[in-house]
Formats: sequence, structure tokens, C-alpha cells
Amino acid sequence: MSAPPAPATTAPAAPRTPHPATGSSPATPRRRRRPLRSRLGPYLLLVPALVPLAVGLGYPLVRQFVFSFQEYGLAQQFGRPAEWVGLDNYATLLSDPYVWGVIARSIAFCLVNAALTMALGIALAVLMTKVGRGARITLQVGMLLAWGTPVLATMTVWQWLFDSQYGVVNWVLAGPLGMEGQRGHSWLIEPLSFYAVATVIVVWMSVPFVVFTVYAGLLQVPEECMEAAQLDGASSWQRLWGLALPMIKPVLFVVALLQVIWDLRVFTQIHVLQRAGAPTRETHLLGTYIYSLSKEFSMAGAMATIMLVITLVLTTAYIRRMLREEEA
Amino acid sequence: MTSVVPPPATAVPARAREVPARRRPRRRGTTTRRLLGVLAVLTALVWVFPVYWMINSAFLPTNRLRTPEPSFLPFGGTLSNFRRVLTDPSFYDAFRVSLAVTGLTLAAAILFAFVAALAISRFRFRGRKSFIVTVLVVQMIPAEGLFISQYQMLDTWQLVNSVVGLSIVYVAAVLPFTIWMLRGFVSGVPIELEEAAMMDGLSRTGAFFRITFPLLAPGLVASGVYGFLQAWNEYTLALVVMTDPAERTLPLWLQGLVEANRATDWGVVMAGAAVITVPVILFFLFVQRRMSSGLVAGAVKG
Repeated sequence: MSAPPAPATTAPAAPRTPHPATGSSPATPRRRRRPLRSRLGPYLLLVPALVPLAVGLGYPLVRQFVFSFQEYGLAQQFGRPAEWVGLDNYATLLSDPYVWGVIARSIAFCLVNAALTMALGIALAVLMTKVGRGARITLQVGMLLAWGTPVLATMTVWQWLFDSQYGVVNWVLAGPLGMEGQRGHSWLIEPLSFYAVATVIVVWMSVPFVVFTVYAGLLQVPEECMEAAQLDGASSWQRLWGLALPMIKPVLFVVALLQVIWDLRVFTQIHVLQRAGAPTRETHLLGTYIYSLSKEFSMAGAMATIMLVITLVLTTAYIRRMLREEEA
Repeated sequence: MTSVVPPPATAVPARAREVPARRRPRRRGTTTRRLLGVLAVLTALVWVFPVYWMINSAFLPTNRLRTPEPSFLPFGGTLSNFRRVLTDPSFYDAFRVSLAVTGLTLAAAILFAFVAALAISRFRFRGRKSFIVTVLVVQMIPAEGLFISQYQMLDTWQLVNSVVGLSIVYVAAVLPFTIWMLRGFVSGVPIELEEAAMMDGLSRTGAFFRITFPLLAPGLVASGVYGFLQAWNEYTLALVVMTDPAERTLPLWLQGLVEANRATDWGVVMAGAAVITVPVILFFLFVQRRMSSGLVAGAVKG
């Protein structure tokens, strides 16, 4: 769909200089047979990218998939051949109510976080288009600071903010807001409060990306359309909901999809908070649960495959649409 | 490439025409605008506060951190926290490892992604669409489900606890998005420019390097920064692959610092966090604009 329109200027030049065509201009009979070198060209250019993808992602993926149908534990690490066990690993996992709990928690966590992030991100992006230059730059700088902070530094600060004894959060709640019970409160002991803290952190970290991307998208909406709608009497809300947001739907779609994917595979935040003194078993999500299975390779492989399937299910709509667009 | 900014010139006559009709609602508009401005600034403060708090606490001695009333300004602060961090040899070890891994990842990822982006945006060939779809789908594979398998693979090749091993999985992780982003930048340079240069007698390669390549510099910088941030800040794979404390990257080093001092000295921990944050933020502020416009370009252009 991006094929650049065949430029008029090349047409007369083409018969004289049969340079390797970009393919975008209609092939003239004389250069139907292009030299082998130029036909191989694009493939040679793809090889350097394909090799690390195959080695770093493809091979581990296949290997893990194969292991998930085998009995592969510590004994096999020391050379005992792995036995084929069919779907046993999957049966073991999926008959365990605990595993279903982890899956349900992960999906809930993912959807809540993605929805909150999208809602806040879109709202703030729209806000940026409505305020003056000074306010907009202040907001942009604030967002950039949050976005640019390395994830581990972010996790460290938030642990300190939520520190039970000397953390600011407890101080604000107990002091100025008068909630005496909050003094010395441990945020990470209760699973629900653990997830609340994780949600605050994940949303705080993810919103800037949404804001900047959606804002850049909103700037692409042609001014003429907005002006025309205004002349027709559409209020600024109507212009936003009826015109601007529908026009940037592709961008919103990509961003929302990325949020769902990222929030489903959330690992670092949960792992670091767990190490900060939360009960591990009650707070596992998919990523940390797979990590905890690392001694039983085949179980970890089966669990990772299940996670991949969940990701695919949550994103099928998008993949279908994408394939359709690429074919168009 | 910088197609994000709409051309303002065409909009001017339309706006001038309807100024009289809009004069009265304009006034009400300014009050709302001002209120929204206040809201924007308050939101900005919420987002800045944790970063501010990190810097503030990093300058405070322990006895001022462990008080019922927090100190909101670092007046009368100290540099001793920073001194402790910067005289710790383990910091420099981690710094070296991070630098090596990031450098290797960046060099490989940029080069490979660049040629791949050229192939898919400058050539039409059989399998092009499948490659594009692969690049997109690969980004959806949850890396957090793959790390055990990646660890095993590297283990068989004796590449655990090695800079090369970690770089291999980093390159694979960074490549898809980098290709996606660079492809947007490459399609942003009109092929007509190259063709005009070729008509003027340059070879195809010459036209590419003399005309297109300089125009792509911002795109290369932007994707370089993306790769840098990913590799420099990554935690999960480093945790799995670099199990030897001598081979820790900076994020692992910081986590170690937190676990050693959490109960006693948050000041040192915050100084450690600030030390790894400040350079990244400076770098980030420098090029962020290009990054998000690159993403939008990639998403909009086929």
C-alpha cells in the first residue's frame, strides 16, 4: 500500500539505463529479466537481520516448544536422554487450580493496567493539544523524565516511596490526610495491595509512551478537517470524539496492542517487588511463575507455550487486521 | 520523516475568515484553557515527583531520612552518598560490563536493521510481506516466557556469563522494533531524490550514499537511542544470563545495592539510582522527539 507512485521522470530514462529497478514502476518488457545479482540483492540484505532473530528468538522458541512435550529436568541436564511424554506437562499444569489462579490474575492485571494506561494516556495527549505552550512543555518534560528513568531506578524509588516506616506515601496518608492506621503500613504483604502498588508503578511508567505517540498522531490530523467541522458547528468535544480520535485509530490500535502485550508479560516490576518482601506464591504472575519453574525445563516450556497462546488469543483481532492490511 | 507536523500555512486563511464569529466564545475559552493548563502542570508534578524524590533523598544523610517528618528539600545535604557509590569498585565493574554489552548490541542491531529496512522499503520482492509480518509478529512473542530456553541455549554454547551471549539475545530482542522504525524513516526519503541524482550521472550506490544516507542520519540516531536504552536498562535477561556477580550489568548492580542497604541506608540506594539515571535521562531528552515520530511514521506508512 506504500508503493510510491511511479514517478513520471523515470519513464523516459528507464529504457536507456536499465538500473536495478525499485519494482515500484511497472516493469517494461525489456527489463523483465533482471540480472541475478539484483534479484538476490534484497534477500542478501535481509540475511544479517534474520540470523540473530533465528538464533536469539526462533531457536529457543522451537526448542522450548519441543521440551514442553518431554520429560526434561535436572537428570537430563546431566546427559540422560529426555523422554517423550506427550501432553503430560500441559495436563499437570492445567489441572492445577493454582496455575489457573496465576493465569486469571495475569489477565486481570494486564487488562486493568492496559485500560488505565490508555485512558490516562489519551486524556493527557488531548490535554496537551488544549493547553498553552508553557503548560504543554511542562507536561512534556515531566513525562520525559518518567519515561527516561531506567526501570530498575524507577523500581528503587517507588520502593522507597512506599517504605513502611519512612516512606512518603505512608507519611502523607497518616499525617496531612489523617489516616492514622497507615502509619507503618506494609504495602506488599497483602496480594491486593501488592497489585495496587504494582499497578501504580506500571501505569506511571507506561503512560508517557502513550501520551507522546497519541499526541504525535493527533498533530497529524489535517487542520483543514478540524476547521471544516468547526465551520459546520461541531463543538470541540464532537470534533475530538467524532473526528480526531477516529482518524488516528490505527495509532491508538497499535499503542493499545503494545500495552496489552507488555502488561501481560510484566516481569521486572513484579519480581523486584517480590524481592522487596512480598509473599512470592500469592503474588506470582505468568512471567515470575515461569521464572520460578526454571529448574523444571519442560514445565517452564509448557507454561511459556500457554503464555504465548494467551498472548495470541488476546491479540488475534489485531493480527488478523494486520495481515489483511499487509495483503491489501 | 518529519511528517508529524502539519503544514500550518494552508490553515491560516480559514482561521482569519472566521475570527469575528468566534470572538465571544473565545473569552470563555481562555478560562477553560487556563484551568486545563493548571491541570496539566499538576499532572506533570505527579510524574516528576518520584524522580525528584530520588535526587532529593540522594543528597540527604541517613539521620535526615529516618525521621517521622520527611525533608522535602535537600538543604544542608551531603555528597557522602554519591562518594560511597562512586568509590565502590563493583560499580565500575558493572559499568564496564554494561558498556560492552550495550556497545556490541547497538553496533550489530543498527547495522543489521538498517540493511533490512533498506531491503523492505526500497525493493519489491517475493517474501517481502511475509518478512514484514514476521517482524511484527515476533514483537508479540513474550520474551518473558523465553528466557529459560534462551539460558539453556547459551549454556550449551558456554555463553552464560558472557558479554557476547547476552548481546546475542539483546540483538534479537531489539531488532524487530528497530527494523520497523528505520523502515518508516527510509520510506520517508522520496525515491525520486535518488533517481534524480542517478539521472545526473551518479551510480545507484553513489546516489544512495550521497543523497539518501545523510537524510537518514536522524533516523539512525533515533533507533540507536532506542537500542541503547533497551540494552542499558534491561533487567530480566541480564538476571537470567549473568549469574556471576563479577559479570553484573548496572541494573543488576543497583538491585544488589538495594538489597544490601534497604533496611539501613536509603540515601546510598538513591544515589546509586540517580547515578545510573541522570546520563540516561540527558541522552533521552536529547532525542526523544525523533523516536516517537519514527514510531508513528512506521505505523502509518505501509
